[in-house]
Amino acid sequence: MTAPPRDERALRFIDERISAGKPVRKALRYVFPDHWSFMLGEVALYSFVVLVATGVFLALFFEPSLGTRIYDGPYVPLQGREVTGAYDSALRLSFEVPAGLLMRQTHHWAADVFVVAIVLHLMRIFFTGAFRKPRELNYLVGVTLLALAVLEGFLGYSLLDDLLSGMGLAIGYGVALSIPLIGGDVAHLIWAGEFPGADVIQPRLFIGHVFLLPAAIAGLIGAHLALIARTRHTQFRGEGATEGTVVGSPMWPGYALRSIALFLLVAAILVALGGLVQINPIWQWGPYEPWQGTNGAQPDWYLGWLIGALRIAPPVDLVVGGYTVVPEPFWGGVLFPTIVFGVLYLWPWIEERLITRDTSRHELLDRPRDNPGRTAVGAAFFAWVVTIFAAGAADRAFLSVGIPYITQVWIFRGAIFVVPVVVFVVARRIARGLAAAEAHPLRGWTGEVVERREDGGYTAVTDGRDPSLHEPPARPRA
Amino acid sequence: MRRLWAAIALLAALVNGRRRPPAPAAPEAPEEGRTFAKETGAPAAVERLVAALLLLSAAASLTFAGLVTAGADTQALGIALALALFLGGTALAVTANRIVPREQAVERRPDLGDAQARADVRERVAVTTEGVSRRRLLGVAGATAGGALAAAVVAPVTALGPAVGNSIADTPWHRGRRLVGEDGVPLTADDVPLTSFVTAFPESADRRELGSPVVLVREEPASLRLPPGRADWAPEGILAFSKICTHAGCAIALYRQPLYEPTSDPPGLACPCHYSVFDTRRGGKVVAGPAGRALPQLPLELGPGRELRAAGGFSGPIGPSWWGVRKA
Amino acid sequence: MRRALLAVAALVCAGLAVLAWVSPGRSAPAAPDGRALYLEGCATCHGDDARGRPGQAPTLHGVGAQAADFYLSTGRMPLPAPGAEPVRAKPAYSAAERRALTAYVGALGGPRVPFVAPERGSLSDGQELFTSHCAGCHQAVARGGVVPGAVAPALQQATPTQIAEAVRVGPNLMPAFPAAQIDQDELDSIVRYVLSTRDPDDAGGWGIGNLGPIPEGMVAWLLAGAALLLAIRLLGKRAAP
Repeated sequence: MTAPPRDERALRFIDERISAGKPVRKALRYVFPDHWSFMLGEVALYSFVVLVATGVFLALFFEPSLGTRIYDGPYVPLQGREVTGAYDSALRLSFEVPAGLLMRQTHHWAADVFVVAIVLHLMRIFFTGAFRKPRELNYLVGVTLLALAVLEGFLGYSLLDDLLSGMGLAIGYGVALSIPLIGGDVAHLIWAGEFPGADVIQPRLFIGHVFLLPAAIAGLIGAHLALIARTRHTQFRGEGATEGTVVGSPMWPGYALRSIALFLLVAAILVALGGLVQINPIWQWGPYEPWQGTNGAQPDWYLGWLIGALRIAPPVDLVVGGYTVVPEPFWGGVLFPTIVFGVLYLWPWIEERLITRDTSRHELLDRPRDNPGRTAVGAAFFAWVVTIFAAGAADRAFLSVGIPYITQVWIFRGAIFVVPVVVFVVARRIARGLAAAEAHPLRGWTGEVVERREDGGYTAVTDGRDPSLHEPPARPRA
Repeated sequence: MRRLWAAIALLAALVNGRRRPPAPAAPEAPEEGRTFAKETGAPAAVERLVAALLLLSAAASLTFAGLVTAGADTQALGIALALALFLGGTALAVTANRIVPREQAVERRPDLGDAQARADVRERVAVTTEGVSRRRLLGVAGATAGGALAAAVVAPVTALGPAVGNSIADTPWHRGRRLVGEDGVPLTADDVPLTSFVTAFPESADRRELGSPVVLVREEPASLRLPPGRADWAPEGILAFSKICTHAGCAIALYRQPLYEPTSDPPGLACPCHYSVFDTRRGGKVVAGPAGRALPQLPLELGPGRELRAAGGFSGPIGPSWWGVRKA
Repeated sequence: MRRALLAVAALVCAGLAVLAWVSPGRSAPAAPDGRALYLEGCATCHGDDARGRPGQAPTLHGVGAQAADFYLSTGRMPLPAPGAEPVRAKPAYSAAERRALTAYVGALGGPRVPFVAPERGSLSDGQELFTSHCAGCHQAVARGGVVPGAVAPALQQATPTQIAEAVRVGPNLMPAFPAAQIDQDELDSIVRYVLSTRDPDDAGGWGIGNLGPIPEGMVAWLLAGAALLLAIRLLGKRAAP
């Protein structure tokens, strides 16, 4: 009798020890619905993988210390300057370590794109109603991942102790101080004293950035994926899927290969950016000193909403009986993000209690037009945040067309009330119109051409459709 | 307490897998995915294309490895590696969509929620207190121990940093402290021109301490409108202010100094982060921007040789506001 | 026929005469007259006696050739309207006219055009000095910035002399740094640094304006985001409509 083939022997070895056969079979047959928008979450996931891979490399060279030395590296404009160990090691990574700048820039682009992907993914989840029962818990995990990703990014670029990020850390200190009653102690707890902090702040940021937060994010990503596998992925109507079944590609070979391909393409785009488009040129900003500042200092994009809020919030310290109960940065730096994340966290329950009154299980997705109320609220909310974002980002643009800064601030203070209302009305109208007409906005018009008769009534001249341009009538809902 | 146990047990049950489900919703949809449509076969040209892409990707990878060891610049490295990843990814994408069988499968969604299991869990958890007479006593004692233990575990967090106390209001500035420039040389009144600003520090103090840096400007003494009690704070019209913005802590690195005031703006110190503007002539009063509190002013006096010295501490706490800031 | 030709010739001459009359900087063969130019282009705001008009324009006595050369060579003066913010523009006068005007204003007293030798300056000193004195308005690599009440311009177009003049003059809302504060060596270093910002070390690739995170965010959304959306569109398949 001939021996069984090698792959069968290998499988049998594992299976007879941990009984992996059945779970693996189930996994290989797992069905993924096919829609391009379902891959946004994977883009985020693979950005995170690139972050970890490049991050490990960087962590092996970075020196998280505020101890100073004189720079004697190859970058001439900084030679002879007193710099901290953190900044010096970052310069070394950029100019002296082979592939160091490629790794640094890929890492930073991956962080920016990580949050872009999460936001796009969140928008897809929101506008299709994927957060409804039974996926509320997974939705909470996802919103937490967004918050952690933003915090992780902030810590990451603040590690380098350059002028730009140092200014951002100072603002972080000011915002922490502004928490009513306890802000002073909270800030001094984090910084081990007054800003810029005892030397221990650097190792603290470092441990947070390379260990605590990545572990939390990785754990939550694991939970996120496990919860999806538990309930299976949602699906759009059509394609034969029902509330009880999911139709799509099996995990192996189709979906897995497609997903690995996406990973390689995401990595390719990030590495291309990392090599070709400069990001965070810390040597141009110079080292951070608390008494220095540069114009045009901005946080990374995913914190731009906060700088806008800090700029346009009313200049009011809330003082009660001589005590500063609410320092001014609280409004823009603490209250605003709390409201935004509060709404995000609570949304599934806001919707099912107040808008749709629907607490049943949903496996099939809405198109945005199927729930005009949710679409309008979501669009308006997003527009509100974007308006505040623009308040922090558009100063140079407005100035270049001759609108002075103080005027800009007042324009934005008005816009944050007007824009969401306008967007709400417009979005709801569009959604309702699309739903009523059952027409695809890009594919064509369905309607009738009518002619008015002399007695005032209307006669259909044609049914208006050019058969070559139009989709057949929509299929009835499953 | 019982509910907490129930939740943990339910979570464990969830992770481990549910029990036998009731009758499936769609009888023909299986529990594990079943393929119902399949398309196989790939044109030879496509297969050759994939092979070519894979080999090109390999070449790019090897090129990248070589370039790294040769110390090539970032752009070349990035192009090589990105190309390797892109070609490999494209090859795999074409493989997934055109070469391996393209299948459509159907799978039944799992039932969620098992009333029988929940009842069993509640029953098992209820067993815990069978025969236990002093439930309340034990419950209260247990909760007290648990809460205290949690507090004990959290307590070391307070070691992370000191309470804020007066540390922000305590600055190196006190009466008689000399002002030095960025180069460490003591400053005299002649070092502060009428038309620009000077950054200064307390002599032999830690510059990085937030209370250290001040910015010096000079205004015409006749134009000063300082708050009451500060009449002698500005010898020859030289004013000193904390250089740390009272909004969120950035350095106040802008000084607006009009060449011809009637057609522009009055002098002011401004912060580049959120554009708070402080009127120097009026003792650092906020005239624009989100700062909620005036910029603290340091009283100055002239020592021997017209050297600049602090005549006391700041007019208020420096830096961003917090609970400890008292306003009249 | 001849009358037609004469008419055409007359028209052409008339046209040339009109053209010569309206074009600025009529190049007379003699050197331009500074005082005449002054009365024509500057006296409206600065007064016939160059002592200024209260509420409109300052006196030019004591500003010197330094200021005149700066404002004229950068085209900041003459202003398009009284009280407008002076911004860099195409100079309204030719080089010869500017020399004449500068000489005229210089004769009213004040500092001369400053000497500057950037090649003698130190790039690293310049970086440090620029960050301390200038970056708050002009941005760390001199890309310009926002000031409540004005624009701090980008400095890549400024010549070494113009940079030195601006440092000493302090135009519009800019502080003026006298030699006691920034001496010749430091000035040379600052100028050398500013000149280097025309071509900063963009070791990372495309500099995207050297403005920091805003262009970076735009690249992340509009370049990477768009590319990734395209990628997943091509990889995934559509749902039924």
